[in-house]
Amino acid sequence: MIDSGLAQISRALAAREVSSVELTQEYLARIEKENSNLNAYITVCNELALEQANAADAVRSKGEAGAFTGIPIAHKDLFCTAGIRTSCGSRMLDNFISPYDATVVERFKQAGAVTLGKTNMDEFAMGSSNETSFYGPVKNPWDHSLVPGGSSGGSAAAVAARLCAGATATDTGGSIRQPASFTGLTGLKPTYGRVSRWGMVAFASSLDQAGTLTQSAEDAAMMLNVMAGLDQKDSTCSDVSVDDYTAGLDKPLKGLKIGLPKEHFSEGLNAEVEQCIRDAISEYEKLGASIQEISLPNSHLSVSAYYVIAPAEASANLSRYDAVRYGYRCENPVDLEDMYKRSRSEGFGAEVKRRIMVGTYALSAGYYDAYYRKAQKIRRLIKDDFQQAFEEVDVIIGPTSPHTAFPIGAQNDDPVTMYLEDIYTIAVNLAGLPGMSIPSGLVNGLPVGLQIVGRDFSEAQLLNVAHQFQLATDWHTKTPDNQA
Amino acid sequence: MEWETVIGLEVHVQLATASKLFSGTSTEFGAEPNTQANIYDLAMPGTLPVLNKEALKMAVKFGVAIGAEISTTSVFDRKNYFYPDLPKGYQTSQLDFPIVGKGELVIDMEDGTQKTIGVTRAHMEEDAGKSLHEDYPDKTGIDLNRAGTPLLEIVSEPDLRNAKEAVAYLKKMHSIICYLTISDGDMSQGSMRCDANVSIRQKGSDELGTRTEIKNINSFRYVEKAINIEVERQIDLIEDGGRVVQETRLYDADKNETRSMRSKEVANDYRYFPEPDLLPIVIDTKYIEAIRETLPELPDVKCKRFCEQYGLSEYDALVLTSDHATAGYFEIVTAASGDPKLSANWVMGDLQAILNKDEIAINNSPVSADALAILISRIKDNTISSKIAKTVFEAMVDGEGDADSIIESKGLKQVTDTGAIEAMVDEVIANNPDQVEQYKSGKEQVIGFFVGQIMKASQGKANPGQVNKLLKEKLSN
Repeated sequence: MIDSGLAQISRALAAREVSSVELTQEYLARIEKENSNLNAYITVCNELALEQANAADAVRSKGEAGAFTGIPIAHKDLFCTAGIRTSCGSRMLDNFISPYDATVVERFKQAGAVTLGKTNMDEFAMGSSNETSFYGPVKNPWDHSLVPGGSSGGSAAAVAARLCAGATATDTGGSIRQPASFTGLTGLKPTYGRVSRWGMVAFASSLDQAGTLTQSAEDAAMMLNVMAGLDQKDSTCSDVSVDDYTAGLDKPLKGLKIGLPKEHFSEGLNAEVEQCIRDAISEYEKLGASIQEISLPNSHLSVSAYYVIAPAEASANLSRYDAVRYGYRCENPVDLEDMYKRSRSEGFGAEVKRRIMVGTYALSAGYYDAYYRKAQKIRRLIKDDFQQAFEEVDVIIGPTSPHTAFPIGAQNDDPVTMYLEDIYTIAVNLAGLPGMSIPSGLVNGLPVGLQIVGRDFSEAQLLNVAHQFQLATDWHTKTPDNQA
Repeated sequence: MEWETVIGLEVHVQLATASKLFSGTSTEFGAEPNTQANIYDLAMPGTLPVLNKEALKMAVKFGVAIGAEISTTSVFDRKNYFYPDLPKGYQTSQLDFPIVGKGELVIDMEDGTQKTIGVTRAHMEEDAGKSLHEDYPDKTGIDLNRAGTPLLEIVSEPDLRNAKEAVAYLKKMHSIICYLTISDGDMSQGSMRCDANVSIRQKGSDELGTRTEIKNINSFRYVEKAINIEVERQIDLIEDGGRVVQETRLYDADKNETRSMRSKEVANDYRYFPEPDLLPIVIDTKYIEAIRETLPELPDVKCKRFCEQYGLSEYDALVLTSDHATAGYFEIVTAASGDPKLSANWVMGDLQAILNKDEIAINNSPVSADALAILISRIKDNTISSKIAKTVFEAMVDGEGDADSIIESKGLKQVTDTGAIEAMVDEVIANNPDQVEQYKSGKEQVIGFFVGQIMKASQGKANPGQVNKLLKEKLSN
């Protein structure tokens, strides 16, 4: 049963074919067996999960169960969970037990979900390979010598290895979509403001967005139904009305206008990956969609702009880790400055320190206009590019990543190569738009992801476009053990 | 050489909201350390700010009151620096787009002249916590109760030319924020603090000299002293061939000197950038107009009305209206006693004296406005003389009862019976032939001696008007 997707599990629970306790026990047993290899979880909540599963079964026996009651999921370890460590993949928060629940966590609790544990991630969500985690790299279930992508690598590996029914994740520059692409999953990054950021440890506040990693679009729709919506605790959370995301999945795609950004099919894109994407495009044509080429002329500037804005915001967001109130504190500080310097030097890893320095520099007197202000102007241009494109087409599709998963350690020497990992995904965050990645083929036995980008708050449409593809193809059902 | 002083003030006003600027925590003063700090105030990971709408309303109210431009779009920024009592490692403030733009303040000088001082801007920001160095040997205690308390920082143009003007500006600012009830204005509790930017230049010069900033001055008196001593220091420095260094200085009241803070503080690069956790604040003119309608009568308007309506001198009106509560007290006394002039004298005189002596706010006066009005009425209806009234007032302050019962129990009622007074006059004249002789020989000031004798004999209760009249009649015979 636990190999099934979240929607199927929901139906099985409703039909009393299985209990939440049985499911939870099965998942915990598999986590016990597999996690030491994969390193997908930082914290496993055995007792809490069984307690919640018992409670869920009790609710169901009283006839009060909802669609999500009793479904075991995992949370990326940057969602605050009351009483459970929230490490953010960092030594800095290795000892941090949150006194409160993130809104996302709270809503899943309310919906009756079971929390299996907290998943590994790049430190403070900074990375594209899950190698910057204080808890060590996560392995790709498709090939343990490869990375699962990042920063939500733990959530991706956990779902891909069927160590949970679905997982929460976050995406600041591609951190949901790229791991989805590398592990053969459906990744959904909603519109900025669709899901509350309250209780989500901040990396770059204007870009961070909570989303999901699941086996299918239908699963993602079920999770978004729980997560989405206004939250008074997050001033940037939108009051745009929330759809029932499962309701519109079956709409036919006839008449859908799809745009292919020519900039996403140029130099640097692996030829076999491109072929998978072209095949997927043909599939969409068969489903009744029309295809046209579009241009996002400023997309080549997106990585540069992103690596000014995100580190700038991060440099301020991470100032609170000063060893005064919680978190890592160095041994025997001699004075305040020593405490600051050594605690932060020892508590943060290399990539986090690099970004804090880049961000601090970009905001410094005399450099602000050349970097931060200019990056914000580029951000505006990129948003305008998309807006113009969406006057002609309904959704934009292309590759999520220029290649398939790469070996652990392959890109450790050159941060810039790593930054270019997110070349197709980053612009979507800068524009605040919703994006998905869905499995669309295999190259040498490794998954390829297709990115779908829509207008602001068009999650229902994106999920519909993804679901119709998944009805017509079976790429999303492939697993490391079953590639046939 | 003749020097001119140039001063600009930054006033921090703690807004009187029930909760903090970005969290729901109470702002009440004096609680146990860290009992008023929630997860946002502690900068727990994942927490986010939500703007307190009351603070916004108060900021706009202030702007409207000083005739300033109100920004329909204003933006919060992060001001980055590390300090243990600044939990987030940045202060959320406003840099380029403050809520209140250019306005002005008319200040009243002691000589009765007025001067208009430009207000550059006012913006909202959060206060930091407190570092407690005294109570913990070799350690620093952190109290975050104050962290996140809403402040309005009001920046003046460099229009002030001496310490007295600076004090007048502060007093007017204090008066206005109290009138608007946007702050309790209590300087001793830090509800109003002031930084002074001070420079000097040769008289007649258009260029500004290098300024120093004196930080965190917390009383009107210290503002005057700190500025004067700093100006003196700068003049001495330049006249000795030195140069003023732009820096932050602290005023030490005990030594009456300013001294340089660490140069590191000055070299801070705050790396401001727009706060991504808050959307720009957008308000419309309807919002602003609705607030304008709630404005109370402000000190300048009230002062003018007091002159016209009550026939008070400009000086009296100014003194009475500079404090909102005093003005209110006076109006109750006047309405009940029907004598504005007497009411003004009593409120500004005897009442103010006992309030000052015991440092009591007029709202907590031991003599209520209604009680004082009754006392004044008894002077007006000749029940007691002004002199006796002082005795009655003292008894009222001591809590011995209301004016009427004190007059009754102490037998202080004025003697107006002509026969009784005449008998006393006759007796005094008979007993003092020498003084009668002096008077008759033209030394008319001797009449004071007779009045004194009679008042003594009557224990102050004889009506002074009647005594004078009778004396003159009898002595002329």
